[in-house]
Order: sequence, then structure tokens, then C-alpha cells
Amino acid sequence: MSLDFGLIIEQMPDILSGLWVTLWIWVVASILGAALGFLVAAARRYGPAPLDWLLKLYVEILRGNPFLIQLFLLYFGGPFIGLRLEPIPAGLIGLTIYASAYFSEIFRAGFQAVPRGHVEAAQCVGLSRSQILRRILLPEMTMLVLPQCVNMAIILIKETAILSIITVPEMTMVIGAIGSQQYAFVDAMFLLAIFYWVLVEICDWLGRRAEAKLSKFRFAVT
Amino acid sequence: MSSTAPTRTPHANSPEPHAATAPAVAVKGVGKTFGATEVLKGIDLTVPAGATTCLIGPSGSGKSTLLRCIAFLEEATKGTITIKGDPLGFAEAANGQRTRLSPQNIRSVRSRIGMVFQQFNLWPHMTALGNVCEALVTVRKMKRKEAEERGMAQLSRVGLEHRATHYPSELSGGQQQRVAIARALALDPEILLFDEPTASLDPELTGEVLNVMRDLAGSGMTLLVVTHEIGFAATVGESIAFLDHGRLLLNGTPREVFGEPRHPRLAQFLETYLDRGAATLL
Ligand SMILES: Nc1ncnc2c1ncn2[C@@H]1O[C@H](COP(=O)(O)OP(=O)(O)OP(=O)(O)O)[C@@H](O)[C@H]1O
Ligand SMILES: [Mg+2]
Repeated sequence: MSLDFGLIIEQMPDILSGLWVTLWIWVVASILGAALGFLVAAARRYGPAPLDWLLKLYVEILRGNPFLIQLFLLYFGGPFIGLRLEPIPAGLIGLTIYASAYFSEIFRAGFQAVPRGHVEAAQCVGLSRSQILRRILLPEMTMLVLPQCVNMAIILIKETAILSIITVPEMTMVIGAIGSQQYAFVDAMFLLAIFYWVLVEICDWLGRRAEAKLSKFRFAVT
Repeated sequence: MSSTAPTRTPHANSPEPHAATAPAVAVKGVGKTFGATEVLKGIDLTVPAGATTCLIGPSGSGKSTLLRCIAFLEEATKGTITIKGDPLGFAEAANGQRTRLSPQNIRSVRSRIGMVFQQFNLWPHMTALGNVCEALVTVRKMKRKEAEERGMAQLSRVGLEHRATHYPSELSGGQQQRVAIARALALDPEILLFDEPTASLDPELTGEVLNVMRDLAGSGMTLLVVTHEIGFAATVGESIAFLDHGRLLLNGTPREVFGEPRHPRLAQFLETYLDRGAATLL
């Protein structure tokens, strides 16, 4: 196996467009997934008991089977219930929903990790429930769950490769296709491995930087 | 102390005595059970306004629970608590029927009480000044600048104006507790509750916190302090309440409570502190 750099440069526009699709779907699905996950966690904590059970089921189902199957069900099964989606929206929605289940579990643990006393102190000075959620729980939790969120984002960037199966023109599909056409499939996979790894390292580095920035907000001795 | 809180005037239809003459806190027949355990067994306690009352007692006697009921962090299962004559949380009819008051009413009565915790409970993502100003801005809807001026005034009251921009993790335990006191003071409470404010501090840091409390007591603020610092209770406390197994056994001036002859339960309790040398301060 020898990487043909001439070929890589020749196909650069396609490769870049695949990289771009991977990046934006990843970022948008991570953000939306985290937001949805937060809402799920908050609803489970503050909502009525039946809502908690319903959302628990939602989380359990999504965590209980592979993303690939979920994506197939959404993309190929959707039309049976009148849900006809293009590949990119299907991929984005599927990844967001999948991510929300994991993010909701991260935030649920985060809620519990904020010391009760911090909430009680807020109650004592008269903050309302929603003010406590916004001003105390959300920011404190963010610091506590940041490492797990970065970890989840890293898992998600690798899951985006699965979107190639429903023909989302992301990195794996584009580079894989080039590799097949040029009879250099293994080279293409090798290149992909490097690309994903670089993205993961960048994400990890950004996460560590953010953590370092937030470290002074950590709890003191108490 | 002046306050702009409109809730200070008692309700027109309130049968309670006028605020000026009512005690800061009146606890009547308060009971609290957690599941099957009866933690408070009918407490009657009057906290006089403008004075320092110290609540002492063995571990597990229910001191924190009583204080948390007064802060409405726990809901008493029996009895009533009034703040300057205004009922807290529940109104009790003549026939003993308790009805829950509206959330707005609960919040407004509660906002007249400041609470200082053993664990400080500062919000770690806000600076010292941010902690002090938070409720002024979010709850009292004060302008940021005005709130900060007021916050700085409170921080200087506890001697920490030079630490305003520090985060809790950058402060010592004693400083954190003083910020927590400033945070409670910023809302101009009518009464300050302390739950063992120095218990989680290194011994060399307790002095700075106790000094701030002494100053507050001297300024005529109403303090209700749960403490194991018997020396502090005996010298600063104008009224001592001794709680044992969920009952208020003794309540009086330090002389009445600590003087001979001592109640056998109190004597037994104080003995455990003799080892630490605290009782020698009496
Ligand atoms: N949330 C709770 N659930 C069940 N039991 C509780 C709860 N809070 C307190 N208790 C029990 O109530 C009793 C009194 O507790 P409390 O914390 O009021 O005592 P204390 O006098 O403050 O003791 P200490 O000096 O150790 O702080 C204890 O037996 C405790 O185990
Ligand atoms: Mg206690």
C-alpha cells in the first residue's frame, strides 16, 4: 500500500467537501443533541412522574441498540409512517436524537453532582426555580460535565461515518468512493483513519483548554 | 435596618401582633418527622429582635433541623413559625388546621431571613462580588452598577473588599464564609441564621468569622446561631437555647443556662467540650 499524493491533490475539492459535511453535521448534531439532552434531563427531574417514565423509556431504547439500526429505521422506515427525509436531514436528525439520549444521562448525573447546598443557598436568597436552573445549576453543571461532554463529542465524530450508509456525502462516503473508483480502497481507509484521528485530537485539545479555563470555577475545599 | 420590602408591614387582616413589638421569630409547637423518626418534638422558642440567640445541644438533637425549618428549607410537620408576626409557609386557624400560603407569600416572608451554612455554599462560578450581587440583580431587579456598589459595601463590612474579583476557589475557608455572610447581608434581612458557621474551618480561621459575627451582634442585628463554640455562645449570646433529643430543655440568659446549678443534661453535654478546653471560657 502506498499513498498516492498526486491522487489526493487531484481529488482535493471532493475530499474537502466531504470533510466539511462531516464537520458541520458533527458540530450541529452535538449542539442540538446536548440541548435536547439537557431538556430531557430537566424534564425528567422537574416534570411529573409519567413524563419521567416516558423519557426514561426514550433514553433506554436509544441506548439499547446500535446507531446504524436507528438510522436505517429512520431513513428506510420513516416513509412507512409518512416521514420521507433526504439523506442529510435524516442523518442530522438521527444523530441528534441518538446523542440526546447519552447527553441526557450526562446531565442527569450533572444535576445530582451539584451540591444541594448551592441550590439551598439560592432558595434562601429568593431565586425562583427557573432562575436557579439558569443561574446556578446550568453553569455549575457545565463545569462538572464538560469532560464527559467532550468524550461524547468524540464518540459522535466517529459515528458520523455511519451516515455514509444512507448516502450522506460526508468524509467516509466521499473518500471511500474515490478509493473504490481508483482501486485504492485501503489507502482511502487509511487516509480516513488519519482524518478522524486528527479531528478527535483537535476536539480533545479544545476540551482540555476549556477545562483549564474553567478550573478556577471548581469547588473549593468545602 | 431599613428595607424597601413591602412585605414588612403585617397584613391588614393579620391577627398577629404589630411587627414593632413582635419577636423576630416565634416558633410555636413545631414538630418535624422524617419518615418514622420524630426529630423535633414540639418546640416553643422566641427569638428576640436585635439580640443574639445561640442554639446549642448534642449532635443529632435537631438544631440544624430547627434552623432549616425557620429558613423554610424544611417544612415543619406541626406547629407554626412567625417572622415578626407574619406566618412562614403555613397559616394556622384557631382549630389547628394548617393551610399552605401562596408561593409569593412564602418567598416574600422568606426573603426577610438570611442563612449562613456550615459549608459556605458559595456559587463557584461567580466571583465574591458576583455571589453577593446575584440576588440583588436576579430577584430584586437592581441595576448591575447599583447592585455592585451595594455588594462592595457588604464585602467591606466583612473586610473583604479587596477580594471582590476572586472566585471562591481562590479564597480561604474563612474568607469564603465571610463572603457568604456578606451575601446574606446584601438583602438586608431582619434576621440572620447561622448553622455552625465555623465547624468546617481550620481552627486558626474560626476567629475571623466569629469576629464578623461579633460585630454584627454589636450592631443590633438579630442573630440565631447554631454553634458548638460554647465560648462564643457564652460571651456573645444574649439568649441561650439548649436542645436535647428534639426538645427545648433550657432557654434563658447565659447566666441562667450555664450558671450553677446546671441541668444534668447540659452538664453532661458541656463535659464533652471540657476536653477541648472550650468550657473553660465560661
Ligand atoms: N433529611 C433527613 N432525613 C432523615 N433524617 C434526618 C434528616 N435530617 C436530619 N435527620 C435526623 O434528624 C436528627 C437531627 O438532625 P440534625 O441535623 O438536626 O441534628 P443537629 O443537632 O444539627 O446535629 P449536629 O450537631 O451533628 O449538626 C438526626 O438524628 C438526623 O439523623
Ligand atoms: Mg447540625
